[in-house]
Amino acid sequence: MDRTIIRTEKLTKIYGTKTAVKQLDLSIRDGEIFGLLGPNGAGKTTTILMLLGLTEPTYGNAFIKDLNCTRNSLAIKRIVGYLPDNVGFYPDMTGRENLYFTGRLNGLEEKLIHERAEMLLARVGMTHAADQKTGTYSKGMKQRLGIADVLMKDPQVIIMDEPTLGIDPEGMRQLLALMQDLSKQDGRTLLISSHQLYQIQQVCDRVGIFVGGSLIACGEIGELGRQVQSQNHYLLELSVSPQDENILGAVRHMPGVEEVTPDGDMIMIQSSQDIRPSITATLGAGGYTILHMHQRGGDLDEIYRLYFEKAGENSDESSSGSTKTHKTISGFGSKIRKKLRRQSRA
Amino acid sequence: MAVKSERSSAGRAGLKALYHKELADHLSSRRFFIILLLIYITSFASLYGAMSGISEAAQSDSHYLFLKLYTTSSNSIPSFASFIALLGPFIGMTLGFDAINGERMGGTLNRLVAQPIYRDAIIIGKFLAGSTVIAITVFSMGIAVGALGMLGTGLVPQLEEVLRIVIFLMFTCIYISFWLGVSILFSVICRHSATSAMSVIALWIFFSIFMSLIASIIANAVFPISTDVEALFNSYNNYTWELNLNRLSPYYLYSEAVSTILSPTVRSINVVTVSQLEGAVSGYLSLGQSLLLVWPHLTGLAALMLASFAISYVGFMRQEIRSS
Repeated sequence: MDRTIIRTEKLTKIYGTKTAVKQLDLSIRDGEIFGLLGPNGAGKTTTILMLLGLTEPTYGNAFIKDLNCTRNSLAIKRIVGYLPDNVGFYPDMTGRENLYFTGRLNGLEEKLIHERAEMLLARVGMTHAADQKTGTYSKGMKQRLGIADVLMKDPQVIIMDEPTLGIDPEGMRQLLALMQDLSKQDGRTLLISSHQLYQIQQVCDRVGIFVGGSLIACGEIGELGRQVQSQNHYLLELSVSPQDENILGAVRHMPGVEEVTPDGDMIMIQSSQDIRPSITATLGAGGYTILHMHQRGGDLDEIYRLYFEKAGENSDESSSGSTKTHKTISGFGSKIRKKLRRQSRA
Repeated sequence: MAVKSERSSAGRAGLKALYHKELADHLSSRRFFIILLLIYITSFASLYGAMSGISEAAQSDSHYLFLKLYTTSSNSIPSFASFIALLGPFIGMTLGFDAINGERMGGTLNRLVAQPIYRDAIIIGKFLAGSTVIAITVFSMGIAVGALGMLGTGLVPQLEEVLRIVIFLMFTCIYISFWLGVSILFSVICRHSATSAMSVIALWIFFSIFMSLIASIIANAVFPISTDVEALFNSYNNYTWELNLNRLSPYYLYSEAVSTILSPTVRSINVVTVSQLEGAVSGYLSLGQSLLLVWPHLTGLAALMLASFAISYVGFMRQEIRSS
């Protein structure tokens, strides 16, 4: 079951002086949905282009189903469907004609093309608009037609570049459901690149966090969260009533607490373990009412936000820390901590 | 072996599909329709001019009258051949100026290159479809002018005249395909189709208008002929230089070749001295001899066309495909 279908070995792309992708070692299993998450300019699109053989890596190799992506690009393109960001269609042709054209480019039989186009139009819910010119389509319609277009060749692997960009919430829900369908029902492998993590994390089996050309963390979402937490950098937001000096002292002397900083009407508590159970008990015994308690850094949303907001300004820092790739999750953790600290000070 | 043949057949299928799509696109596009209309109007205007001027021309020389329909100009309207030399490139430019960057901007190029086709199929398909449209346009126009000329004047072409016209139209196809190649080249280089359209129009104006001025300026600078003495020594060289410089321009090359093909009276295209003309009998060149005279022009034009296509081909193959 755990068969690797996409594999890269030290994949690197250098443009002039800028390294877009740095020593990428990635492996994606057959039938899973893998989310490649990262801010703009992290090198996601470059990685995808190298996987499709559209860009030559400076060095390193990429394989899909044991086919070298650079050398066997035609064979790769036969089994890999690619949905680019800002997918476009020939505006003077109808949606159906656009699908037919893609089918012909793939050298399919005319009868098969017609059958498949009809089936796919129904599947993405575009049958009603199939005879309109694509020039009149909205962004969401284009995206749905784009997915039908990708499926025309019946690919085993589907690569989507920023598929959720500019889609309304309802369209998003349908898109995510469709993605899940493609993976679970059809058994296709999906590689989805995105910076809209909230949506993507709902469907992904595994995610890779990609910043500054390197994969910083990789794994299942729950596992990533636990890994981050287990690196003893819990940060608790606490707001109690009444707020007085005693409470700071009391908290400071609790086991595992490293640092306590008052921040407005909040108290930021940094600790090496989850102190929520003990702190609740302590505060309850002391007659305090807890108004607000939120563990920061523990949920992925928080990590994402910190990473992506800081990725631009800290690009050299993150690159120096991340060349060790995803195996060294500790580097990841310490950096998060640094960022959290900086943020809590601000 | 089986894998190999399957591969090549898939590549061919892609080229065929692209070619058909491009052809259909061109033939149904409003842009092409407008250009065709413009060219048709001007060619019929030139035919009208030729028909009114042909009786005058017939008095001086009554041979090869049918060809004169294509070359005679009246007082105000240029001949069909010179109209085509000037406006023909416009067809090529219109067909090609947004070939690649239009797809890039529309977001269809990266969808296209992700299909299992050879990348060169895209640009070859576009060039072939463009050339086909050019051939259809040129031949339909040339034949229509001939037919209307026959109806209007009652002249019937001889076999040699028909052959000369066919060769003239083939020349025209190559000439316009050269401009198609140039415009595709600019569409590969430039990000925006407006930029590529402007660039190729600038080049067209340069070759059709300014090249002759520059040629004469350079010739006069190298071999001045402002005084009598200078003229005595330099006029031959001056003229030869100007001619050769002009021939760098595809516009001039085409015009010269076409006027030779369409007028059997043209016996030489280079400078002829009086001594060389001594004892020459005035007469007509046979078709073979006329062709021999402009053979270098034909190969030159074909080479220019292939060169412009080859550069855009290489440029396209090396280019990275990105959406934005």
